[in-house]
Amino acid sequence: MSQARLVLDDGTVFQGRSWGATGKTFGEAVFSTGMTGYQETITDPSYHRQVVVMTSPQIGNTGFNSEDYESDRIWVSGLVARNPSPVSSNWRSTETLDDALVREGIVAIKEVDTRALTLLLRERGAMRVGIFSGAANEASEDELLEFVRASPEMIGANLCDEVSTRNRYSVAADSGLRISILDLGIKRNTPRLFAEKGIASEIFPAWSTIDEVLSVNPDGVFLSNGPGDPSTAHHAVRLAQEVIRREIPLLGICFGHQVIGQALGLDTYKLRYGHHGINQPVQDLRTRKVEITAHNHGFAVSAPVGDAFETAFGFARATHVCLNDGVVEGLELVQHPVLSVQYHPEAAAGPHDAAHLFTNFKQLLLRARGQN
Amino acid sequence: MPKREDIGSVLVIGSGPIVIGQACEFDYSGTQACRVLAQEGIRVILINSNPATIMTDPEFADATYIEPITPEFVTMVIERERPDALLATLGGQTALNVAMSLAESGVLDRFNVKLIGANIEAIKKGEDRERFKEIVESVGGESAVSIVCHSVSDLAEAAGRIGYPVVIRPSFTMGGLGSGIAYDWSDLSLIGGAGLQHSPTSEVLLEESLIGWKEYELELMRDAEDNVVVVCSIENVDPMGVHTGDSITVAPAMTLTDVEYQRLRDLSIAIIRAVGVDAGGCNIQFAVNPLTGRVIVIEMNPRVSRSSALASKATGFPIAKIAAKLALGYSLYEIVNDITGITPASFEPSLDYVVVKVPRFAFEKFPGADTTLTTTMKSVGEAMSIGRSFPEALQKALRSLERKGASFDWGDLSMSESEVRELISHTAIPTEDRLNQVQLAIHAGASIDSLHQASGIDPWFLQQIAALSLEAKTLSMASKLDKATLTSAKRMGFSDFQIGQIRNITETLVRQQRQELGIRPVFKTVDTCAGEFAASTPYHYGTYETHSEVASRTKPAVLILGSGPNRIGQGVEFDHSCVHAAFALKEAGYETVMVNCNPETVSTDYDTADRLYFEPLTLEDVLEVFHAESLAGPIAGVIVQLGGQTPLGLAKALEAAGVPIVGTSPSAIDLAENREEFSKVLHKAGLLAPAHGLAMNADEALEVAHRIGYPVLVRPSYVLGGRGMEIVYEDDSLVTFIGKATEISPNHPVLVDRFLDDAIEIDVDALFDGTELYLGGVMEHIEEAGIHSGDSACALPPMTLGKGEIARVISATEKIARGVGVRGLINIQFAVAGDLLYVLEANPRASRTVPFVSKATGVPLAKAAARIALGTTIPELRSEGLLPREGDGSTLTSEHIAVKEAVLPWNRFRRPDGENVDATLGPEMKSTGEVMGLDRSFGVAYAKSQAAAYGSLPLTGSLFVSVANRDKRAMILPISKFVDFGFKIYATEGTREVLARNGIESHLVRKESQGADSEISTIGQLISSGVIDLVINTPVGSGPRKDGWRIRGASVAKGIPCITTIAALNAAVQGVEALRRGEFGVRSLQEWLEVAN
Repeated sequence: MSQARLVLDDGTVFQGRSWGATGKTFGEAVFSTGMTGYQETITDPSYHRQVVVMTSPQIGNTGFNSEDYESDRIWVSGLVARNPSPVSSNWRSTETLDDALVREGIVAIKEVDTRALTLLLRERGAMRVGIFSGAANEASEDELLEFVRASPEMIGANLCDEVSTRNRYSVAADSGLRISILDLGIKRNTPRLFAEKGIASEIFPAWSTIDEVLSVNPDGVFLSNGPGDPSTAHHAVRLAQEVIRREIPLLGICFGHQVIGQALGLDTYKLRYGHHGINQPVQDLRTRKVEITAHNHGFAVSAPVGDAFETAFGFARATHVCLNDGVVEGLELVQHPVLSVQYHPEAAAGPHDAAHLFTNFKQLLLRARGQN
Repeated sequence: MPKREDIGSVLVIGSGPIVIGQACEFDYSGTQACRVLAQEGIRVILINSNPATIMTDPEFADATYIEPITPEFVTMVIERERPDALLATLGGQTALNVAMSLAESGVLDRFNVKLIGANIEAIKKGEDRERFKEIVESVGGESAVSIVCHSVSDLAEAAGRIGYPVVIRPSFTMGGLGSGIAYDWSDLSLIGGAGLQHSPTSEVLLEESLIGWKEYELELMRDAEDNVVVVCSIENVDPMGVHTGDSITVAPAMTLTDVEYQRLRDLSIAIIRAVGVDAGGCNIQFAVNPLTGRVIVIEMNPRVSRSSALASKATGFPIAKIAAKLALGYSLYEIVNDITGITPASFEPSLDYVVVKVPRFAFEKFPGADTTLTTTMKSVGEAMSIGRSFPEALQKALRSLERKGASFDWGDLSMSESEVRELISHTAIPTEDRLNQVQLAIHAGASIDSLHQASGIDPWFLQQIAALSLEAKTLSMASKLDKATLTSAKRMGFSDFQIGQIRNITETLVRQQRQELGIRPVFKTVDTCAGEFAASTPYHYGTYETHSEVASRTKPAVLILGSGPNRIGQGVEFDHSCVHAAFALKEAGYETVMVNCNPETVSTDYDTADRLYFEPLTLEDVLEVFHAESLAGPIAGVIVQLGGQTPLGLAKALEAAGVPIVGTSPSAIDLAENREEFSKVLHKAGLLAPAHGLAMNADEALEVAHRIGYPVLVRPSYVLGGRGMEIVYEDDSLVTFIGKATEISPNHPVLVDRFLDDAIEIDVDALFDGTELYLGGVMEHIEEAGIHSGDSACALPPMTLGKGEIARVISATEKIARGVGVRGLINIQFAVAGDLLYVLEANPRASRTVPFVSKATGVPLAKAAARIALGTTIPELRSEGLLPREGDGSTLTSEHIAVKEAVLPWNRFRRPDGENVDATLGPEMKSTGEVMGLDRSFGVAYAKSQAAAYGSLPLTGSLFVSVANRDKRAMILPISKFVDFGFKIYATEGTREVLARNGIESHLVRKESQGADSEISTIGQLISSGVIDLVINTPVGSGPRKDGWRIRGASVAKGIPCITTIAALNAAVQGVEALRRGEFGVRSLQEWLEVAN
């Protein structure tokens, strides 16, 4: 097995061995602390242009299966692991992780001291990174570093359009409720959970206009998760403002939450190394209840915690915070049917503690329909 | 929710003696609980009969009751202390059962004591199998098809409905006692019948067999605000069918996708809510069908368990500590995660390493016992290891076991196809050796599939072993041991020893080459969060990576080597001493560094020492820890004398490698262990030893035996717990013994000693600083000589020794300590026979009795020993107050007598035919734990020790008596007292005649050696059928002795008290009398010691 190198934009080099496809790849290095769910993670469009460092050393044990994709492809630009399993053992497994990476051309590196890398990212913050294997690994360290430094930064990256569906599609459900979804990088489990609650989804490309989105006469609008710097999402922010103005129930998750935050006039900022894991304690400030939630965000919304605050749409308040570091994880408008959460109630991967959010949103939809 | 304001005092119930299924993990959890409660300003009242625990150290509670953990005694403590609340979820099944009984009998209500940690209703729901099954169904889960049985006929009917094989699970027993698997009616009638007896409610559950399914455990915590976290998932490498305590387990779960894991998590959370554990923890076990993914919920423990201790050590999340805080009313989010110091406990730990736990068994101590692993736990200890990959962690865990043959053998194998096939077929039966068989088969070329079919072990684990096999072959074929080859092998967990074996060179040479190539392990940190937040606790494990996390320091460090996995002969007592050393040296300004691999212990709590290395206690691993710490700062020394034989066995090699051993030097240790050298010490001091000789073979042994005369005590040198020791009466047995013994310790000769019949045995623990002796205590054995000191009861102060004899003992102790060159602790066994004092053996190290003596006298001997090892003198320790200013263990005035009694695991072991193993005591130690009885008189103290070991003495009922001739006169008075108490008397022929002549009526019983006839049962039969409540049997000689052992074995198996000396008989009379008059009192250790000092 051939050698491979991982080079960070601060010049740090990690040795490892080639894994997945051979070649070179670039992205923002982030670490993910989930011990299960690598298939869901690497097929999550929010990881577009990111190189994910798996802190869990044994990766790939259960292989890849046909059911646990969160989109139709692997989105991470690269993968880093300590000890990937060459075989898979699970009754649902259809191929090994290694085969899936090769098939999709994902350059990866293994046998890396991932803990040392993680501590470095924790101390110095998320960085650009390159993985080089095969012929690409023959260049000198300086050359590799130059490649990495020439690769694009995550700050200022507008990536939603790259991952969004090209064409509108629907996911059916039993009851009569229907929402429009702006696909900024949605995971499959989200419309699946809406459908489970009896809410049909109409999924639109990220660039759809307000008229297109409302053309199906939805009971509500949903802004999905997605990759990139939320401060570039001008179109989505304007669309959200219009939805709020029209008193249509609105829900945002992750990137969608950051869009809603900006629609309310709040700023977003880049976290030093982000939240990427499935063990994060989020407290609902209204009930004090703590839920263990899945997170995947490198940016966050800057909002006051405590009392409600004034926005262009009346009072808003922070509803959730992450107990680890106090980052705002949820918002609501007091006089409008608008909710948003930074974490992932749809999980996949991760705990289902927050799945009730879909029920809460359904109630908003029903209430709004009753009023209209 | 903040702390409850209605709780100012809490009674904590411990778990009592170490037994199989309930070991020192409950000292770990109880100690944490006591600490938490004290920090919260709560008055802590503790009851625990086990003196070898840290939790019963007087500083861990405001009032420590070393009393039997029975409803009667706990009630007395409650009556005296009037606690606001009772915390019973940290003391295992013992504590929970007592709490349930107190709740049901109304004691808790009567004294207005709130049960905290778990409510009665939740405990019942969790433990009552029928109700639990309903709960599982109500939350959408599935249980195995099962039927509750209350009689043998129920069993037959149920098995007909379920179909064989069926699993038998008795209700309300711990460690799966009485459980088993039946493949047909003969199995079922045997195991099921015994199960009905073991269950306090005579209830047994028969259920569909899930043998071969994947097995998982989840550890959960829930607070009063209904916040729930899953602390850890654990996967069993051994599939269903083997008790989880006996399984090799791995954390986190390795072979589940997120979808499947979340299904287990969702079910667990729904179950903990439905059961109603509202301020504490629980663990829930699952079986998963490997072909379909069908999930079956097996059971839950609504309390802190053995698995919780493992999960705590595996994740860094201190379950017991958090459980104690939850019980006080805190919510999870209000509790800070100690390790990060900034994030809350309301999160789920993420691991960036792999943890493997392997059980340690003691079948060699119980000849004839069925070694098949079943749903009844049989292991006596465990080792845990941490690595950055499963193969690394697995190999580290196996070498942590310190058992010959435990590590994988990677030698060249030439096996025929039929031999491989046979090996594969062996793996169908789970035993201690199964994983090694699997490995050998793989190494010999067996396919993963064939082994998966046979053993049911998940192919993923088999594949990992195959990867190791491939690595071993690469290593074997490599032209030279270059950096790449060696690094790769080390990353897979191969030890220097294993590599040497594969390359046919010495371990030392491998190490030398490795270090020359700069290949050293780094030390990573267990931080609960996979590196997401900085860790403030240095809890480390070694692995072969690029970056190390050992922080530099300025304080001089002392490395304390622990005792490794618990085994018979080396248990919690040694951990107690290591923990004390950590406390004492931390206080004295050193940076304490603990090295150990036993997850059950207090020593491996990251709160104990300043730094913790969770590493195997092999020469290689210890040298690497030493190396890493010597790069971090100055090292004052390494302590090897407190952890038992494990660190002692490393002393010489460590010293040779340049490691500074502090305290008694390795050469002094050698002096005491080497018979010839030690004889010179004794001779110089003018002390007597039983006549003895050394033998390298059978002829030499016979020559020695004929010279000194039978009976002789024979044993291999360098052993602990009397391993391989026997009393031999004639030539044939001696020759047989030599055949076995040379295998035990091939490089050391066999010792042959004259065995002193009819002697009083004495144990002494003392401290020596090079000039002055401090006598810790003198203990007199209650059992006759010839029974291992670890298995015999003893009293402190001694009951029958006079001042003159004690003075001789002290003088002899000092001479030996000086002659050997002790700096720290020494334990000496003496025998008094015919007015002569003989020295049986001397051990220049902490002994098993150190915690008992420390507790009985209130003097922390191990702390003092650690200080002496680092150069402090006894006069300095006296003026500091660590030792008494004046006097010693022989002169301390005290009102109390302390009695230690051993606890034996007979009821855990059966022969393949279902019969109990022969419950014989002898010079080889077999007990797993001990209890202490404490009171003013020997009688009451003794009675308490019996109550603590076997349950309370009977107030009335049936008594069996059979005594040796010399005791016949002395028995009359006590037996007539028992008649007055209303006891019905059963006796063997000779004893019956003497009783009749003295006007005492009794029923005739036949001896075991006579066998039963049609009319009269043997005593064994009577005991086994439950007729007898108390056994009195004083043995002598080799014939009746055998009968006595049978009787004792049957009594222990049945859990009834068995009295073996007249002293104890008189004591029992006093005890029963006091019990009947309600005069049994309880008093805290602190009160006893206040009077004493």
